[in-house]
Amino acid sequence: MDFATLIQILDSTMRLATPLLLACLAGLYSERSGIFDIGLEGKMLMAAMCTGAVAALTGSVWIGLLAGIAGSMIFALIHGVASITFRGNQLISGVALNFVASGITVLIAQSLFRQGGRTPPLSGPARFNPIELPFAEALSGVPILGPFYAEVISGHGALVYIALLCVPLTWWALFRTRFGLRLRAVGENPASVDTAGISVVRLRYTAVIITGVLCGLAGAYMAAGLQTGFGKEMTAGRGYIALAALIFAKWRPWYALMATLLFGFFQALALRPDVIKGTLGFDVPVPALDALPYILTVIVLAGFVGRAIPPRAGGEPYVKER
Amino acid sequence: MTGDTGKERQATAAPAIELRGISKAFGPVQANKDISIRVAKGTIHGIIGENGAGKSTLMSILYGFYKADSGQILINGTPTAIPDSQAAIRAGIGMVFQHFKLVQNFSVLENVILGAEDGALLRPSLAKARKVLGELAAEYELDVDPDEVIEELSVGHQQRVEILKALYRHADILILDEPTGVLTPAEADHLFRILRNLKEQGKTIILITHKLREIMEITDTVSVMRRGEMTATVKTAETSPEELAELMVGRKVLLDVAKTPAQPGRVVLEVENLRVVDEDKVERLKGISLKICAGEILGIAGVAGNGQSELLAVLGGIARGTGIIRLNGDQIDLTGQHSDGQSRRARGIAHVPEDRQHLGMIMDFSAWENTAFGYHHDPAYQKNRWLMDNDAILENTKGKMERFDVRPPIPTLSAKSFSGGNQQKIILAREIERNPDLLLVGQPTRGVDIGAIEFIHKRIVELRDAGKAVLLVSVELDEIMSLSDRIAVMFDGKIMGERLPEGTNERELGLLMAGITDGKTGEAA
Repeated sequence: MDFATLIQILDSTMRLATPLLLACLAGLYSERSGIFDIGLEGKMLMAAMCTGAVAALTGSVWIGLLAGIAGSMIFALIHGVASITFRGNQLISGVALNFVASGITVLIAQSLFRQGGRTPPLSGPARFNPIELPFAEALSGVPILGPFYAEVISGHGALVYIALLCVPLTWWALFRTRFGLRLRAVGENPASVDTAGISVVRLRYTAVIITGVLCGLAGAYMAAGLQTGFGKEMTAGRGYIALAALIFAKWRPWYALMATLLFGFFQALALRPDVIKGTLGFDVPVPALDALPYILTVIVLAGFVGRAIPPRAGGEPYVKER
Repeated sequence: MTGDTGKERQATAAPAIELRGISKAFGPVQANKDISIRVAKGTIHGIIGENGAGKSTLMSILYGFYKADSGQILINGTPTAIPDSQAAIRAGIGMVFQHFKLVQNFSVLENVILGAEDGALLRPSLAKARKVLGELAAEYELDVDPDEVIEELSVGHQQRVEILKALYRHADILILDEPTGVLTPAEADHLFRILRNLKEQGKTIILITHKLREIMEITDTVSVMRRGEMTATVKTAETSPEELAELMVGRKVLLDVAKTPAQPGRVVLEVENLRVVDEDKVERLKGISLKICAGEILGIAGVAGNGQSELLAVLGGIARGTGIIRLNGDQIDLTGQHSDGQSRRARGIAHVPEDRQHLGMIMDFSAWENTAFGYHHDPAYQKNRWLMDNDAILENTKGKMERFDVRPPIPTLSAKSFSGGNQQKIILAREIERNPDLLLVGQPTRGVDIGAIEFIHKRIVELRDAGKAVLLVSVELDEIMSLSDRIAVMFDGKIMGERLPEGTNERELGLLMAGITDGKTGEAA
């Protein structure tokens, strides 16, 4: 593998890791508050469809983005009502929403555009176009670091940078603010929050709403950044991979960045069978490569990462007890 | 006693807390009935009563955790609505729950500021809390490392964090719910020193407990609760443990049980040095030894929570312990696969558990299913190798319901639709008709109406007359007195003494139940 190829793979790693990172951080807020959310996938899908459709209709990716966030938010709130207000089973609610999203996105896209459940191809201002960071051109001549900066770091859509900014922001919010303290507390022991006179319900809804926004960003990036429009099941299990990354990351923002970059790297590798062949010396069937990130997911979930302790109150509706 | 300073203050000021006519029901259970109480400023006020008497409910209402159905709360003479904990905190009330409300993986500092932060950013709050904690530690002997994570702390230290939390929120009134239940004696002594310090600084303290020693040692005034009602409020200096024990346990119309003198035969159950340590690492049974003969009822008296439940649980095979248990001379496994409830039943130990609705039956299952539980492997209940013979169970249940006068005698009705007394009869029928060598029976008539009580007592005596051994655990002294052939009194995980029902009286038993033998308290030793 030569340097140029490596740069190419790292470049696509960045792009592929972005929806994973956004979804992973989305899950982080929800699960840190004690609400398990297996419905990241459904929310991303919903956001992708809304973004794809609205961007196609209006020609503006930003209006599309808002629509995506709104679509994801509706699902987030349904999950919130089911699991916080009605104290329902969070896994069942999440799975149900995933199924609903899988069907309803295709249904809406088909009835709007009659293109086999896809949204029309996006181009120009209806997509997230690459942003050239300053000095990318000037520095590209510098050996190693130059191309790395110009290709890998620079030249991505806005959401890639927003996702990266979300990492320190989340860390800061979680560990340096009052909101973060309460959020972490409510996921560990809601009774402690309740007896301190803080509303468990309000905190958890706040977390679920943030999850909705972040999933909205992830889905919008899928439809208008990574691809050129919405297609059936286009998230392809990324919501679940993000959950695996969240466990891998032990519910911590910086680890989440590392974990999703790793998963992104495997996804990028899967797109380059030629490189694999060049490196290993034999052909690896493409389906096997496609399965790589998922195999890694299984390995991670099987506890390969050691003991990851989830927020202690996770998955349990809060009921006052004597 | 230390009560004098408290009494002087009390005369001059409005009470720190006054409750008027507080009532609270959970479904059909009336947890608090028309409770009124005045707690004077700067005193330690004890609330004593058995488990389930309604003490914790009352205090949870005061802390805004529950809403009272009716009644009024006055803080420092001002009527105050306490709809939530935030309101209670604003009113200057702090609460230390029996089960701590701490975030296990947070530091002490983080726990202290949670909900009482000064701004959106943590850093200034943490710095301030560190300073305040230092001052409080010096003032009240409340030393805790502020940076230690809660799960690394001992239970006693965790409790201090809870007290610090309340003080950090400027609580003037501190409620402690069973604070010594999880503490070692040394930790408890330290806690009492802290509480006395707090009192000297003018704080008002409400101490909820079922331990008489603590009440006598530290409180100025004591209120007694019994079955959801406040039965008395007295000055601690003017009362005695005996009087309190009597008020707590109460007197009831003596139910006469017609029985002939026991004809004890061979020894059926022999327990030696039985010990149980619970999950909080507190020793609940501290070396119990007892014997029960065939044709004899041994009654275990005691205030609830003194190890009786654990004794039943170990004998019944639903908890682990160490020591020796022999049934008909054969030693019984206390660990391993033969120590479960099924093995106990196979050996001839039947168990009517104290907690009827959780351990005795499955409330959503029908009566006939409930009569098979524990004995569902009985060949008579099997149609073939794979299928159960439901008709046989149903038929069998009909007979049981008839013989035990269960009303209505409909086997297909779900267990929850029967009254408490009829539920108990269903369980009793299931256990007694197996003709066990030993019957363990806990609180046989709790929540049971008078008519059923008589019937249940009669059945237990009949089993005895059939030459079986019965271990009866009850918090009802009358029941113990009228049913038992021999009475053992438990206190703090130990047997304080054995008496014959005809050779003792409630007063003497009450003293033993309070851990007092010859005027000395058992705990003090």
